[in-house]
Amino acid sequence: MDYASSFALIAPELLLTASGLVLLLVAAFGGDKMARPIAILAAATLFGAGIMLLPGLHSGVMGLDTYAFGTLMRADAFALFAKAMIYLAAIGCLMIAPPYFAQAANGNERGMRAEYPILVLFAVLGMSIMVSASDFMTLYLGLELNSLAAYVLASVMRNDAKSSEAGLKYFVLGALASGILLYGMSLLYGFTGSTEFGAVRAGLSGEMGTGALFGLVFVLAGLAFKIAAVPFHMWTPDVYEGAPTPVTAFFATAPKVAAVALIARVALEVFGEQAAAWQQIVMFLALASIVVGALGAIGQDNLKRLLAYSSINNVGFILLGLAVANAAGASAMMIYLFIYVAMSLGSFVALLMLRGEDGTLYETFDDIKGLSSTQPVIAWALLLLMFSLAGIPPLLGFYGKFVIFQATVEAGLVAFGAIAIAASVIGAFYYIKFVKVMFFDEPVDRVTGKSTAAHWALLLITAVIISPLGYLLTPSLTDLADKAADALFLVS
Amino acid sequence: MDGFPILTAMLLVPLLAGIGCFFVAANAARWLALMGTLLTFALGVMLWVNYEIGGPQWQFTETAELFAGFKYALGIDGIALMLIMLSVFLMPICILASWNSITKRVGEYMAAFLFMEVLMIGVFAAQDLFLFYIFFEAGLIPMYLIIGVWGGDNRIYASYKFFLYTLFGSVLMLIAMFWMVAQAGTSDIPTLMQYDFPVAAQFWLFLAFFASFAVKMPMWPVHTWLPDAHVQAPTAGSVILAGVLLKLGGYGFIRFSLPMFPDASAELAWLIFALSMIAVVYTSLVALVQHDMKKLIAYSSVAHMALVTASLFAFNVQGLEGAMMIMLGHGLVSGALFLCVGVIYDRLHTREIDRYGGLSINMPYYATFFLLFTMASIGLPGTSNFIGEFLALAGIYQASTWVALVCTTGIILGAGYMLYLYRRVAFGAQKNEDAAAMPDMDAREWGMMAALAAAVMWMGVYPESFLAPMRADIAALDARLAAAAPQGDSQLQVGPPRAQAANAIAFEAHDEEGAH
Repeated sequence: MDYASSFALIAPELLLTASGLVLLLVAAFGGDKMARPIAILAAATLFGAGIMLLPGLHSGVMGLDTYAFGTLMRADAFALFAKAMIYLAAIGCLMIAPPYFAQAANGNERGMRAEYPILVLFAVLGMSIMVSASDFMTLYLGLELNSLAAYVLASVMRNDAKSSEAGLKYFVLGALASGILLYGMSLLYGFTGSTEFGAVRAGLSGEMGTGALFGLVFVLAGLAFKIAAVPFHMWTPDVYEGAPTPVTAFFATAPKVAAVALIARVALEVFGEQAAAWQQIVMFLALASIVVGALGAIGQDNLKRLLAYSSINNVGFILLGLAVANAAGASAMMIYLFIYVAMSLGSFVALLMLRGEDGTLYETFDDIKGLSSTQPVIAWALLLLMFSLAGIPPLLGFYGKFVIFQATVEAGLVAFGAIAIAASVIGAFYYIKFVKVMFFDEPVDRVTGKSTAAHWALLLITAVIISPLGYLLTPSLTDLADKAADALFLVS
Repeated sequence: MDGFPILTAMLLVPLLAGIGCFFVAANAARWLALMGTLLTFALGVMLWVNYEIGGPQWQFTETAELFAGFKYALGIDGIALMLIMLSVFLMPICILASWNSITKRVGEYMAAFLFMEVLMIGVFAAQDLFLFYIFFEAGLIPMYLIIGVWGGDNRIYASYKFFLYTLFGSVLMLIAMFWMVAQAGTSDIPTLMQYDFPVAAQFWLFLAFFASFAVKMPMWPVHTWLPDAHVQAPTAGSVILAGVLLKLGGYGFIRFSLPMFPDASAELAWLIFALSMIAVVYTSLVALVQHDMKKLIAYSSVAHMALVTASLFAFNVQGLEGAMMIMLGHGLVSGALFLCVGVIYDRLHTREIDRYGGLSINMPYYATFFLLFTMASIGLPGTSNFIGEFLALAGIYQASTWVALVCTTGIILGAGYMLYLYRRVAFGAQKNEDAAAMPDMDAREWGMMAALAAAVMWMGVYPESFLAPMRADIAALDARLAAAAPQGDSQLQVGPPRAQAANAIAFEAHDEEGAH
């Protein structure tokens, strides 16, 4: 494997690195007034990097040709699919940020800081490395690059106590999780003699010793923290509530995709021959996330906290696909992930549009009472998004649950699927509460502010994707997801 | 009609009209909705006219590979045809019923009803299991909004109860569907109707489907969402709920549970019979003591639906035909009764029975129509429900005489509560001045009532029009069930014909006496 082909395989990452560094220089010399051009350039970079993924995505690349730098990284169809979703989500989050930070009422007189888009760019670079890691060292490198950028992003509003608190909490708990993960990796290294995924897989074949099992459990626990699966979810509501809303939107989408893709790759590829050892763990994580995510959301009054629990709940469904431990389940996971990203992005954009005349952002149920008579378009879009999150047909959110549960039942886990789907009804309760507050209650007319074109565009795009029209996307989405899943299950 | 995708057209017309309703003013939305539903009704009439009785079992079939995982496949048999006709017939009436009584957010209201119509036609026309589920379940959204936004005082509780009850019922069915499709390798409904699932699995599949259909139907003891939803929904919402949505449960039994799981159906028939018997007697007694007119009619719906379930599981042609006829008849009659309540509710804004009285004096035409529909609900010969109830009871009698005995008391109790309701509302003294001052029906109300009355009488006098399209399909279903059908306890046997007429003996005896 020569360097030229290795560099060609990681061209998107190289582009992100180069433009991130250049933009950093621009920010250093240009100051905050350059924030807007930087954001636009960062989005363009992500778009360009996304274009580079297309040929590989289309042909479903997999196998030996996808390894770069020996066995350090691999850019197979699975990684490319995850990257495409990450880039798209990040572009969305860059689009919605400038209007938010431009509001003086949000405690930031200076408008958007120039670092913000650059941090997003570096976080995306980290995720990009995470999803194409094929060695525990690369994995950790990507994970930490992403996390460090994310800690700063969470506390990007320096004058806001809540934002700083969110950043600090995220940092402390994130560091703990990284420690757990590292400990697991070191155990695996000790028992198999390698950090490379293929070698670890080979080393774990046959009867698994207690030490290796501990390694497996620690690695999974560390990754479960990153995707906020119960019982490693405690940080999520606080961080989601405290962080500025565009950052929350970012946390709920792109890093989630990266972490889910990572846990899928580690579980199915590295521990692929020990599925029996981790299947029960993942089943527990999935069921617990669905139930706790649903029950925790019921009492919430803050919409961002509610969406945090909703994301926990959704992670549970995604993990159902992992628990199946076959290609159909992995494909279902990726489809669900795509739909989940569209739904979360749409919901957070809608939250960003709930602003008063002076730009104050409203984020409790009391503020959106009767929204349907004062802001019908936002209310109807939110209605579609909430029913979609609840998985009610004919919205696309149902299709996500459809493929996940189909994979579960086809793999023979009928009782498990039945329990999980029954628990999903609890979740419907708080999603329809959204609709109840917006449509059935008397209007309070607090949301009077105007939203920018970027917000409207993103809201309408996501609403169309999750509307019944989105079902027309399903054949091509399934095709891509199947290729991605096949790449994951190709034992090299 | 060759090549014209009429079923897709029937889905598209209300869909486009519904989208249009969002963008126009209140009055334009009313007209747009009326035109949309009338056009759909016209398409429905074309559908019926072109339906070939005795032709292939599935007609007007369309398929398109639009989605991954399931197909867009439509097609109808006689049973679906009749239920689609019921839906498209009731829809314009619902729009008219809401003409003046809905004043806030008219466009959204009309859109919700038109989307509802799309979903109802879709449910009956779907030929793919998952497409059916999508239409079946999607109805929750518009109905939740109709109850919650335009409903009565306690609408929020009712809308939550409706939503969560029916959702919980349905999700287990989805799991069962996945299992069936994985087992049979297809999601095509006609193929699945002929597929023999393992007998042991049928038991669980049946229970999963039962959970969904029993809630929709609704059967005792999961009927409690219905009175709440009915009472709180606006008049047209109640009409659609009682007229069509309750039929989804019955349709589900006849399309899925019986043909797909015949052995489990036979095995669990005792459960259905037991629940139905309890429901017939219990809900009839509950209806007897209601003070709220809508609640009374809602409980009577539960009783009627219990008769439907009992006769479906009688496993014979009479029972199946009777169940279908009760469903059609009840769709018209209970819809009409809710309209009758709506007419006086629009005038006095109360559903309390005691607030009315002696309406036949100041509203004679109204009282006449109300009487007709009351009689139809009781099952008087000449009205639609008589045909259904007679066939159903004849079918049940063959399966179990005891069940037939208990179900028949439901008819008697039904006469009790309906006549008692009618006496308190229409007869007696005009004890309330404001009720006595109410004007009789206007032209719009006349139109709705006359259309319903004509349909009720037609079905009662010449039921063959409605039975003929369904006959072949019900015979096919009966043949499918024949192997599993349990032995009835009535042991009916056709004896040898008499040599003489029954009254000939008496005459001869008299003759002999005279000769003596």
